Amino acid sequence: MAAKIKVPERAKRGEIIEIRSLAIHIMETGFRHDNVGRIVPRHIVDTFTCEYLGKTVFAATLHPAVAANPYFVFHLRAERSGEIRFTWRDDKGGVITERAHLEVTDP
Amino acid sequence: MLQATAAGMALSLIPWRFAQATPEAMAQAVRETFGVRPIREGRVLLELPKLAENGNVVPVTVSVDSPTTESDHVVAIHLFSERNPLPNIVAVFLGPHNGRARVATRIRLAETQKVLAVARMNDDSLWSASVEVVTTITGCG
Repeated sequence: MAAKIKVPERAKRGEIIEIRSLAIHIMETGFRHDNVGRIVPRHIVDTFTCEYLGKTVFAATLHPAVAANPYFVFHLRAERSGEIRFTWRDDKGGVITERAHLEVTDP
Repeated sequence: MLQATAAGMALSLIPWRFAQATPEAMAQAVRETFGVRPIREGRVLLELPKLAENGNVVPVTVSVDSPTTESDHVVAIHLFSERNPLPNIVAVFLGPHNGRARVATRIRLAETQKVLAVARMNDDSLWSASVEVVTTITGCG
């Protein structure tokens, strides 16, 4: 399990930065049959969270209609230097984590 | 992982035969999420392709006209489907720290249908937009 994130290395305080995130995950819907007619069990990432300076700044609840390799682009206002943590959890107990450091400078 | 991906690709060629959500099921999901409060059209820009050639991966961007301040910001954006197997697609949770109320993701659409976006503001007001998307290759939503 893996993920890709795109976060600027540095930003000025107050600047709004764009965050791109993608987890490698099959997002099996639970609505498909295999070639002998059995239902393929659901296996999806159902929650995604992004924390900045220890606070949740973006979260998502995912259903099977989110495409494979869930991808989110969102924004964040740079406050001060610190870590941005990303966590994807699936419905079988799988967890994917990723982190980035954002350096915030005076405007 | 490689094997799982290959299996997934082979499976995706098999069309599903499942009961689908209906516009009524979507309305029910909206009521379960927000109660019976009024939902006004406006303030929400829902960007989806008019024609989704591959329903397995449909890019979507939702922007909400909001100053995104402590006193006036978006709390959540929910996407609903009226023709996927399930009416709920995704919900995202935002706040003033986002600076901009704009989110992009990729969704699955089982067939041609209306997609509904509802934004909940911090004053609990609800705003919406909907877009009709023609889907040519079904996605296992």
